[in-house]
Amino acid sequence: MAAKDVLGRRGEEIAAAYLTERGYRVIARNWRCRQGEIDVIASQGSELVFVEVKTRSSLAFGHPFEAITLGKVARLRRLAAAWCDQSGARAARIRIDAIAVIAPRGDEVRVEHLRGVC
Amino acid sequence: MAIGRTFAVALHGLAGSLVEVEADIANGLPAFVLIGLPDTALAEARDRVRAAAVNSGCPITGRKLTVNLSPAALPKHGSGFDLAIAMASLAASGDVPAESVHRVVHIGELGLDGRLRPTLGVLPAVLGAERAGFRTVMVPTANAQEAELVSGVRVVPVDSLRDAAVWHGGELEPARPDEVSHVTHDAPEPAADSRDDGADPNHVDADLHDIVGNDDAVQALLVAAAGGHHLFMLGPPGAGKTMLASRLPGILPDLDTEAALEVTSMRSLTGRQIGARLSRRPPFETPHHTASAAAMIGGGSGQIRPGAAARAAHGVLFLDEAPEFAAAVLDSLRQPLESGQITIHRANAVASFPGRFQLVLAANPCPCGQYGAPDSECTCPPSVRRRYLGRLSGPLLDRIDIQLRLRRVTAVQLRLADEEGRLTSEEARARVVAARALAGERLSGTPWSLNSQVSGPWLRERKRRLGHVTTASLDRALERGGITMRGYDRVLRLAWTLSDLDGVERPGSEHIGAALYLRRGIT
Repeated sequence: MAAKDVLGRRGEEIAAAYLTERGYRVIARNWRCRQGEIDVIASQGSELVFVEVKTRSSLAFGHPFEAITLGKVARLRRLAAAWCDQSGARAARIRIDAIAVIAPRGDEVRVEHLRGVC
Repeated sequence: MAIGRTFAVALHGLAGSLVEVEADIANGLPAFVLIGLPDTALAEARDRVRAAAVNSGCPITGRKLTVNLSPAALPKHGSGFDLAIAMASLAASGDVPAESVHRVVHIGELGLDGRLRPTLGVLPAVLGAERAGFRTVMVPTANAQEAELVSGVRVVPVDSLRDAAVWHGGELEPARPDEVSHVTHDAPEPAADSRDDGADPNHVDADLHDIVGNDDAVQALLVAAAGGHHLFMLGPPGAGKTMLASRLPGILPDLDTEAALEVTSMRSLTGRQIGARLSRRPPFETPHHTASAAAMIGGGSGQIRPGAAARAAHGVLFLDEAPEFAAAVLDSLRQPLESGQITIHRANAVASFPGRFQLVLAANPCPCGQYGAPDSECTCPPSVRRRYLGRLSGPLLDRIDIQLRLRRVTAVQLRLADEEGRLTSEEARARVVAARALAGERLSGTPWSLNSQVSGPWLRERKRRLGHVTTASLDRALERGGITMRGYDRVLRLAWTLSDLDGVERPGSEHIGAALYLRRGIT
């Protein structure tokens, strides 16, 4: 596995732990279909949350959130619909969140969480 | 709720209206949204502000930033809003104190390194801020001189975004690795400063003294200057029309402060240099005869720019070869001649500029230019000749008080011309100032200040009516149909100016005679 994939993997672990810690129930991780992948699917009460996780080891190339473009957000919405379709889940509300994990080598990890980004 | 507020100025014509710049930071993916009808240059402020802030060591927020320019329906132009947008954003994120930023009007364009660049129209913008009741204005250092021409405003000149933030009390981290403020101070001065030689390019050494053998014309020029009368000169090439016209601004008196502010504001708006003092000399504009209507009175689809007539406000607009101008262009001058205001209507805005200029027209009598010259033959057929001058419309010529026919100077006149008898511009100006003072005294309590502006009925009131003997020649001309009633009033105005120049209380018959001559030189 390439270094960037290792980092991404680690970021997703951290994000999932972060969500669990805050009372979310993680339903699925790295769910894939033809259109792409959803990093984390979790539920909070009656709300279904689809989470895009972005991990960076430094801010030298910008904040992780800056890498989440409008196109990516639009794809997440389509993926969320596809997942609901496939799993037959019926949620009162759905939400799309973004989590940035900044994990510098040998330094403290920082997690930022944006709710309802679109 | 994180909101920062400050103010900037949007210019429409010469009038500055205050724009509130609001910045809001919301939770969301990083974005920088600029709303409130910006044009392209202003919309690009997003990228300039972001880069400038990062390079100044005070990056704006990584969250969703919305900047609104209010009133949102007012179209806004140009790059002068950069500083206000940056300061509002920094105030929203708490990097600089919001109360301090809210009290100050910010004007200036940002460079990517955080340096502040000078912008056009700072003087009218600062005037607009002052009239809206603001007392502190922050401008780029290169524009500080012109901003300080406005009294009653504290001008804060700043070199960079970082300086601006520090002035407001922003605590910037002392040891940023990408410190640029030192670089800023070493940067070469903006071009606007280096060309400040204080000299007015209109001020060539054109003295009335240079004019030989055209005493009638010099007298007419004096009358035009003293009464603010418009002037039309007709004569063959080489008769000295251009020479005479270029001497008119030199014999006009200095402008009062209000007019000087308008003239200097216009210079600022059109990107011409401004010294440390107000331009007190009347401007002189000579548009070429291929000028379009937009070039003459102003125009433009997005931002409305002033034309030659607006730049000539409070000065002289000289149209050489007047019949060669397009008829529509000449007639577009009728509105400013009538109202003293230039109003330009476009789909999205109306702009108005000052338009009280003195019009000087010059024309050849025919396309070949020789008609009426004693020493050469005209080759134009009569129909062509008539069509040529017919291009100057009646309504336009009707507004011109002095119509003068010039002849070429002959060798004899040149020989006879003595050095002493000729008037210099300085002497002429002194006489003009004296005559205007006399007229001003008489016209105090009326809306007018110059003889050319006075209405006919006011001149013919019983109190000011001239005796039968005095106006005999004029009355005869009216009876014979040589002049119209409107022409009659014009002659009266000229006569009053002539008497002002002579320093007498009321015009005598000699003044009426001279006025008739100035009026009837052509038709």
